[in-house]
Amino acid sequence: MALYSDKVMDHFQHPRNVGKMDDADGIGEVGNAKCGDIMRMYIKVDHDTQTITDVKFNTFGCGSAIATSSMATELIKGKPISEALTLSNKAVVEALDGLPAHKIHCSVLAEEAVRAAVRDYYDKNNIPYGDELRECDGHCDTCHQEHE
Amino acid sequence: MNVYADNAATTAVSDAALAAMMPCFQEIYGNPSSLHTPGQRAAEKLAAARETFAKYLNADPREITFTSGGSEADNQALRSAALLGARKGKKHIISTKFEHHAILHTLQALEKEGYEVTLLDIPPDGVVTAEQVKDAIRPDTCLVSVMFANNEIGTIQPIPEIGAVCHEAGVLFHTDAVQAAGHLPIDVQAMHIDMLSLSAHKFHGPKGVGVLYARRGIALTNVIHGGAQERGKRAGTENIPGICGAAAAFEEACANMEKNAAHLIPLRDKLIAGLTAIPHTVLNGDAKRRLPGNVNVCFEGIEGESLLLLLDAKGIAASSGSACTSGSLDPSHVLLALGRPHEVAHGSLRLSFSEYNTEAEIDYILQEVPEVVSYLRNISPVWDELEKGQRPHLI
Repeated sequence: MALYSDKVMDHFQHPRNVGKMDDADGIGEVGNAKCGDIMRMYIKVDHDTQTITDVKFNTFGCGSAIATSSMATELIKGKPISEALTLSNKAVVEALDGLPAHKIHCSVLAEEAVRAAVRDYYDKNNIPYGDELRECDGHCDTCHQEHE
Repeated sequence: MNVYADNAATTAVSDAALAAMMPCFQEIYGNPSSLHTPGQRAAEKLAAARETFAKYLNADPREITFTSGGSEADNQALRSAALLGARKGKKHIISTKFEHHAILHTLQALEKEGYEVTLLDIPPDGVVTAEQVKDAIRPDTCLVSVMFANNEIGTIQPIPEIGAVCHEAGVLFHTDAVQAAGHLPIDVQAMHIDMLSLSAHKFHGPKGVGVLYARRGIALTNVIHGGAQERGKRAGTENIPGICGAAAAFEEACANMEKNAAHLIPLRDKLIAGLTAIPHTVLNGDAKRRLPGNVNVCFEGIEGESLLLLLDAKGIAASSGSACTSGSLDPSHVLLALGRPHEVAHGSLRLSFSEYNTEAEIDYILQEVPEVVSYLRNISPVWDELEKGQRPHLI
């Protein structure tokens, strides 16, 4: 199907790091079922090195929502948290060889899911963080406007 | 196996339709408006096609106008009736919430031009009642437009009853019969239909050809201005190949209607039974009062576009009313009108069949769909919450 790049189709049909994590150090969930996309990301963190040692995701959504989740997990796995937090939706889109314009919000959700998982880890471990780790407000339109 | 299960979107052109079209490209290529022999040969083809449509709709050939498709026919029908109403000071139009966008968006345009529109609610079974129409008619109502059968959920509306109510009140009645034509018997006289739209590519005719039936005495308003084609009501050189293909396809569909329905209904019902056996799955629209080839279900906890893509990878071509397939943030207006919550409507699947589909194809779908649904549910956080009781099951 020409709607998506081969890479998107590959990550959609063979998602990496898909599944749940029972002993996650941080869990982030963004989007809402009403809009048709929910991503939940689980991270395992090495407390000493502040590195994401493992990551899993569950996604309810379209092909690109599943593909962007999968790609985002690949991009942050094994990386220091500080580096994972610099992951932009644009980087996810580029790594997937592009997304149709009306699917860009899926990549934004992926970025938000990573940040939400890190925020949850910080909250659970009383690690302070700044405003830049703000919470997804659950309104899909907000991100649509800001990131495109 | 490759299964084309999206016949409500469009169909393959039949052999009969193609055979009727082919001579019109290089042999009978004249312009029907020309006086010379090549032109008059084309004019004869056009007249014959018009007679075919008139015959199977129980109309007069002069009541048949060829258009570029169902959407144009819908636009012209509504605009014509609206203008006739305005001349009498009647500017109220009644329609339903689950019409095709060709109707809904034309009505929105008319609202901006000062018309008042009442859209009837859709009962849970997807069948609007004549009573609802009757209750909504006002002294200033000029038009009622109710689709013959819904394009997404396939439910068949009580057209003769609605027509009778309209005629009793002296209100024009239009029906968008795009999904019904060639699949259900239509008699514009007996069903009290004043105007009707249909589209050839929904019954194995070519794309780009539609018909607007308008009862004699109803003055049509032009949507396309120009030459005097179609008695001055639709300008532009007639698409003779398309019109001949459309007529051949309509004749074939109407002649085989009972046979096709007898083939499709058991397949449809087998598929409905099999799909609704998947837990937390619901059929959209009444089980029996629906088009012979329409199946539409919602699976809870998954999203339609990913379902379509995975089915496509298995060779199954289907459709969904999810937001991602509509290109907006909202899922299908039809499923929302039916009362499905957003999160359920996102997980819809429409499978629509023609007489070309086989039982082996239904069996293949029944083998593949549960697997794909189960895979998507396994990776869905919504399903996870539903299963853990953190989110209530809605279906």
